[in-house]
Amino acid sequence: MDGIKKTELIIFIGFFLLVTVIGFYAARWRRPTDLLHLDEWGLGGRNFGSWVTWFLVGGDLYTAYTFVAVPALMFGAGAAGFFAVPYTIVLYPIFFLILIRLWSVSHVRGYVTPADFVRARFDSPTMALLIAITGIVATMPYIALQLIGIEAVLKTMGVEGEIPIVAAFAILALYTYTSGLRAPALIAFVKDILIYLTIIMAVIVIPAKLGGWDFIFGAAEEKFGSGSGILLPQTGQLQYATLALGSALALFLYPHSITAVLASRNRDVIKRNMSALPAYSLALGLLALLGFMAIAAGTEPVGGDNNTIVPALLESQFPDWFAGVAFAAIGIGALVPAAIMSIAAANLFTRNIYKEYFVKDATPRQEARVAKVSSLVVKAGALLVIIFIDPQFSIDLQLIGGVIILQTLPAVAIGLFTRWFHRWALIAGWVAGMGIGMLMLYNIQRIDPATGEVIRAHFGGSAFSLSKLGFDTPTPIYTGFVAIAVNLLVTVIATFILRAMKQPEGTDSTRLEDYFADEDDPRVQELALGIGEGERVVGAAKGGRADDR
Amino acid sequence: MADNSSGDSAERRVGGADPDHPSRERKSSLQQSKDRSKWNLLLIPAIVIPLLVPLYNRVEPTLFGWPFFYWGQLACIALGVATTSLVYQKTKTRKDPDVGWASEATERRWS
Repeated sequence: MDGIKKTELIIFIGFFLLVTVIGFYAARWRRPTDLLHLDEWGLGGRNFGSWVTWFLVGGDLYTAYTFVAVPALMFGAGAAGFFAVPYTIVLYPIFFLILIRLWSVSHVRGYVTPADFVRARFDSPTMALLIAITGIVATMPYIALQLIGIEAVLKTMGVEGEIPIVAAFAILALYTYTSGLRAPALIAFVKDILIYLTIIMAVIVIPAKLGGWDFIFGAAEEKFGSGSGILLPQTGQLQYATLALGSALALFLYPHSITAVLASRNRDVIKRNMSALPAYSLALGLLALLGFMAIAAGTEPVGGDNNTIVPALLESQFPDWFAGVAFAAIGIGALVPAAIMSIAAANLFTRNIYKEYFVKDATPRQEARVAKVSSLVVKAGALLVIIFIDPQFSIDLQLIGGVIILQTLPAVAIGLFTRWFHRWALIAGWVAGMGIGMLMLYNIQRIDPATGEVIRAHFGGSAFSLSKLGFDTPTPIYTGFVAIAVNLLVTVIATFILRAMKQPEGTDSTRLEDYFADEDDPRVQELALGIGEGERVVGAAKGGRADDR
Repeated sequence: MADNSSGDSAERRVGGADPDHPSRERKSSLQQSKDRSKWNLLLIPAIVIPLLVPLYNRVEPTLFGWPFFYWGQLACIALGVATTSLVYQKTKTRKDPDVGWASEATERRWS
C-alpha cells in the first residue's frame, strides 16, 4: 500500500458530508405533523409514493455488502456467485403475492412489525416475541456487514484503523435518530444515482479497456478450469437453486424489507414497484461480473481480503476522481440499509419487547422515544461486533442470519394466508427448524479447493452435503432450505396433535377483508382511539383519505 | 371496537368459503378476490423458471461474448418484469372501480 489516495478520499468525504446534510434535512421533508410517533419516525408516515418507495426498497435490499461480496464471490468461486441474479428475480413475485397482504392488514390494524401481526393473528405473545428476537438477532450482523463494506472501500483508499468507521457510524446514528426512516429514504436517491453511474461506467469502460467480454469470460474460464469453469458443476445446481430461493424467502422476512414495504402509501405503490425494482437486479448482475473483470485485469485484493476486489478493480481502471465517486457509491450504499435495518430492529424492540413486557400502555410518543434510543443501541452493538470481533464472525453470523430468519416463514408468510397452524405448533416448528439449522451450519467445513485442506472446521458455508443425511450423492443443498422443511413438518404434525388434544387456539383479531384493504380504508386504531388522541387524528388526516384522490 | 373479539371461525380461515356470513357485499368481495388471484398465477412461472438451473447451465448460444448462463439469467429479469407488470395492470385498484370492493365494504361497516 502506498499511503492515502487523496483525490478519492476528498471526493468520498465530500459525498459523505452531502448525505449527512440530507440526512438531517430529512426530518423536515414531507413535513410530519409530529415526528414523535412510531408511524412517523419508524415508517416515514406510511405515506411514501412509488418513486420514494423504489429508491427506498432498492437502497434497502441491495446493500453495499451485496455490491462488494457478490463480485468477490464471482472472483473467488466463479459461476456460483451469480446466484444473486435468480435470487433477486424470484424475490419480487414473492413480494407481490405475499407482502401485499401484510401491507393491507398492517395498514388497517396499525401494525409496525411482522411480530405485531403474528401476535394478533395467532393470539400468541410468545410467538411474537420469538419473531422479534429472531428479527433483531438476524439484523445485527447484517448491519455489521455494511460496516465491512465501508471498511473495504476505506482500506482501498489507504485509510486504516477504526476511527473513520466509528465517526461515519456515529454521524449515521445521529441523523437516523433525528429523522427516522425519512433519512435513508432521501439518501437512497443519492446512493442509487451514484451506484447506477458507477455500474454504467464500469460496464462500458472496463470491458473495452480489457479487450472485450470474450476476453473477460475467457480469463475466468482459465482461472476456474477449462470446459465448464464458468458454468456450475453438475453437483452445484441444487445448491444454486435452493440458495437463490431460500435467500429470496429469507430476504422478504427480514424486518428491514418489511419496514420499507410498510412505509409505502398504498397497494398499487407496492405492486408497481415489484415490476420496477428488478432494474436493480440487472445492475446487480452486471456488477457481479466485475468479479470476472477483476480476474481478467489481474487485480489483486488489498491485503488478501477478497472483499476489496471491487474497490481495487475500480481503483486500477478508473481515473482517481471517478474511483472516488464509485467509492462514495459503495460507502453511501452501506449507510442506507444500515439505517433502515437499525430502524426495523428498533421498531421490533419497541413494539414487541418494550411495549409487550415493560410498559404495556406506552403512548405513541413513548414508543417513538424508545425506538429512537434503541436504534442507537443497535448501531453501537454492530460497531462493537466489527471492532472487537473478527469480521469473519459477522460473515458467519450473516450466513446464520439467513437461516434463522427463514424460520419465521410459517408464522409471518403462511400466516397471512391461513390460520390453520396452531400457535403452539408454530413455536415447536420454530424451535425444531432453528435447532436443525444451527446444527447443520455448525457441521459445515470449508475446504480449500486446491489443497483439500480444511480452512474452517465449523460454519464454513451454507452448502450442506446431502450425503451427511444419508443420501448417496455428492450434491449439496442450502441449509436454510432443509431447516425450513423440518420446521414446516414439525409445525404441521404438532398442529394435528394439538388439535386432537383440543388445545385452545386463541382468537384471531384480524378479519378476512383486512388482507385486501387499501389506502382509503379506515384504520381500526384511529377509529378506536381517534377522539381521545389528538396525534392519531392529525396523523390520520395527513395519511390521506378521500381528499387526496 | 367489537371487531377485536368477534372473529367467528369461518372468518378466520382466509381464502375459505364464508357460507354463514349474512352480508352480501362480503360474499361478492370474496368472489372478487378469487378473480384477482387468477392473474396472480402468472407470477408462478416468474418464480419457477429462474430456479430451473439445467435450463440455462450452458455456454451456447453466446451473445456478445457472454455465455448463455449469464445472459440467459439476465433475460429472466425481463420475464419477471413482464409478468409482474401485467399482473399489476390487471389487479391495480386505482383505475378500476370494480376492484375497490375492500374499501366500500369496510367503509359501509364502519359508518
